[in-house]
Amino acid sequence: MKAAVVVFPGSNCDRDLAVAFRAAGFDTAMVWHKETTLPDGIDVVGVPGGFSYGDYLRSGAIAARAPVCRAVADHAVRGGYVLGICNGFQVLTETGLLPGALMRNTGIKYICRTVPLVVGPADSPFTAQYEAGETIRIPIAHHDGNYTAAPDVLARIRDEGRVAFAYGDNPNGSAHDIAGVLSDNRRVLGMMPHPERAADPALGGTDGRRLFAGLAGEFAAA
Amino acid sequence: MTEPQITEDLVAAHGLKPDEYARILEIIGRSPTFTELGIFSAMWNEHCSYKSSKKWLRTLPTTGPQVICGPGENAGVVDIGDGQAVIFKMESHNHPSYIEPYQGAATGVGGILRDVFTMGARPIAAMNALSFGDVSHPRTRQLVHGVVDGIGGYGNAFGVPTVGGEIRFDPSYNGNCLVNAFAAGLADADRIFYSAASGVGLPVVYLGARTGRDGVGGATMASAEFDDTIEDKRPTVQVGDPFTEKRLMEACLELMATGAVVAIQDMGAAGLTCSAVEMGDKGGLGVRLDLDAVPQREPGMTAYEMMLSESQERMLMVLDPAKEATARAVFDKWDLDFAIVGETIPEDRFIVLHGGTEMANLPLSTLSGAAPEYDRPWVETPAPAPLENAPKIDPIEGLKALISHPAHASRHWVYEQYDSQVMADTIRAPGLGAGVIRVHGTAKALAFTSDVTPRYVVADPREGGKQAVAEAYRNLVSVGAWPLAATDNMNFGNPEKPEIMGQFVGAIKGIAAACAALDMPIVSGNVSLYNETDGSGILPTPTIGAVGLIEDVSQMIPGLPRDGDLALVVGKTHGHLGRSALLDIAFGRRDGPPPPVDLRAERRHGEFVLRNRGLVNAATDLSDGGLALAAFEMAEAAGIGVTIDKKKRTASLFGEDQARYLLACPFDAAEALMTAAAKAGVPVRTVGRFGGDTVTLGRASAPLAELSAIYRGAFAAALG
Repeated sequence: MKAAVVVFPGSNCDRDLAVAFRAAGFDTAMVWHKETTLPDGIDVVGVPGGFSYGDYLRSGAIAARAPVCRAVADHAVRGGYVLGICNGFQVLTETGLLPGALMRNTGIKYICRTVPLVVGPADSPFTAQYEAGETIRIPIAHHDGNYTAAPDVLARIRDEGRVAFAYGDNPNGSAHDIAGVLSDNRRVLGMMPHPERAADPALGGTDGRRLFAGLAGEFAAA
Repeated sequence: MTEPQITEDLVAAHGLKPDEYARILEIIGRSPTFTELGIFSAMWNEHCSYKSSKKWLRTLPTTGPQVICGPGENAGVVDIGDGQAVIFKMESHNHPSYIEPYQGAATGVGGILRDVFTMGARPIAAMNALSFGDVSHPRTRQLVHGVVDGIGGYGNAFGVPTVGGEIRFDPSYNGNCLVNAFAAGLADADRIFYSAASGVGLPVVYLGARTGRDGVGGATMASAEFDDTIEDKRPTVQVGDPFTEKRLMEACLELMATGAVVAIQDMGAAGLTCSAVEMGDKGGLGVRLDLDAVPQREPGMTAYEMMLSESQERMLMVLDPAKEATARAVFDKWDLDFAIVGETIPEDRFIVLHGGTEMANLPLSTLSGAAPEYDRPWVETPAPAPLENAPKIDPIEGLKALISHPAHASRHWVYEQYDSQVMADTIRAPGLGAGVIRVHGTAKALAFTSDVTPRYVVADPREGGKQAVAEAYRNLVSVGAWPLAATDNMNFGNPEKPEIMGQFVGAIKGIAAACAALDMPIVSGNVSLYNETDGSGILPTPTIGAVGLIEDVSQMIPGLPRDGDLALVVGKTHGHLGRSALLDIAFGRRDGPPPPVDLRAERRHGEFVLRNRGLVNAATDLSDGGLALAAFEMAEAAGIGVTIDKKKRTASLFGEDQARYLLACPFDAAEALMTAAAKAGVPVRTVGRFGGDTVTLGRASAPLAELSAIYRGAFAAALG
């Protein structure tokens, strides 16, 4: 059971994500952005939060063109699992692995706060350990988390049950309160909230832990 | 390039007094070159030389068994056990933040982070103490937005959790806001890096961002009329780049781990000049710099400009020559500039070459060693008259007055713009009291707070200085942390005025007394003087940043009272209303003396709370707004009501007597606490209980929901 965490210059939640993967039982490697391949036998790729390349252009836009992102895309195409959190979600939309885009929060300001999230369908590996419709509490910390997509895309995401998490109290203007989106095969998840910051009782919440546990369960079952 | 002639006006424009210039002539035995004049002015200005404050700073307690390195390096180093150390400092960026709030505040954060990682520590926590003008002043809102944006913009991108701070408003800051930035980092105690160079003929290496003209003259205020190579529209405020800083940190820490670094110094004020002189001076060596090798952002820069540029995100390092290739590879990996720009030399000279010409050749040790030092005349601040006609107010009205003012309302509008959780070790986020960060991979945690009450300091600098330290101590105790050490950021007006110098001297005496009594030595600090506009100074603001240790996170005082908990006050309540927040906000009065600080009681009460922390669900120190505001804030955070007993009147509810804590304990624990208190001779009284959905203060009450709405909405309503 192996995970890789991609590290871009400017990533700053890379260690946090690796800690959460390891706590869930993943043997976890860090992969530098200049790499063109992933280490052998990787099951899950984590794309962490932060400000890749400073995010001076559109958030995630430069990272999406990094050499390692080709390898991540190939991994996804082969049916591999990918988890993008915060800046990682922005990168995944920029690479086209997930639909839509993340714009500036409607309130203009950066927001760091723990928010209620409503879990979508429990039929993805990421949501398997939650009850569909359950409300959990996970921190957000972003400036550009306002999810948007073309109306037909939004309708499709909803109809296909691909909204993994929705905000209980929309903090950033996201369409349909969308906080996290699954790919059509449900193996790629991008989400703005930080489950890795809610995976340790000392940090005041463990609601994020079940996401990693669910992902681990996918391999234990196999 | 020909340099301008040295004239009296040019000397004066560099902020050098005639006697200071005479001293320069005496030291070098000739007229300085223009570049040399710039170097002297950079080294001898107040900011770098501490010439007005040094005499008094020396009186501060700076040692203790926990102190690994006190003031004089980039930041203080304190032992936290298990071979680990916390490295921290607080520094002001006041003037730039007033001119250009976003970049001023951002580069303030950048500068302090660099001070910390220069010593080999990974930054793990940041705080900021902010003082703005009157809430209704036309510039205040813009400054608040810009400064908060700048702090968030830099800290969030860099990836350090911002876990605490302060924000206050007073008309004395109308033309001179204060932005004091704190950072703390973690390192192994035997892997701390210092600035003292050692070894002759070793390469001096330049790292990080390129040098531009930004900040040239920022410290010395050289003007365009005597040097037309400095474009007059060039901003003197530097521009921050947190992305480069983040890479610079990662590269430095990676390089330090290889053993290639002999000495390292970040380029802050007067960049290349200060850093090179510092490394040479501390190591008893000379330095030769070849400016042609300096990575430059723009063409045609002069030696003068390069030596005084304050471009951000740069480092200077003395390298082990055998490891040059390793070092280059690390910096290539992070896509950062790396250039050998000079070498250490045995002679006591600071030699600067540019285009094959020697632009400066000075005795290096005199640049800091022979810097002027003044014993400025000072007068004792007159003792304030006793408080007369202490006012009375309906307690709920008094509370509403406080919580509807941005100074005492919830500050979530501010701290929610900062990432307080990155690095996933934040155990107690900002809001009330100290922030707490777990030491990664261990059960230990560190607590951080920053405090000062300027309206006390202006009335009685000595008691105010003591109070700032005492409040910081209490805030650490309130989360269950043993206070370790402190950093001081002294913000004052013009020291050439004896009454201002008197404020400085008084505050230092108070801080020294309190730090000694509370065993909290000052390990680093910064002095910011001349905070004046149109001849009127700011409230004296000696900000104290303090750090405490929780040996095991299970020992932390959790923080929220539970329904049914008793409310207990540790310490004696006399009802001291002089200079109180209530008097200030509800009555527009600032009279009477500030509350006296009994340091023995502070220590006794603090240690009592710490020894009994296992009995306590929540603790907070009593300061601004007294018992009434503390009880409300504690209850509000938990979403429950509170009842403070019937007999309480204005003075006992809003008085700001020191050495006090409000604790929330379950009934049985409260009994045990009272027994322990009787044994220890510490005054503890039950004053009410938490629970319900109403806030009752004496005979008055109001629904929690109503007060909570005021408390949570007031800051954004006034300034959002």
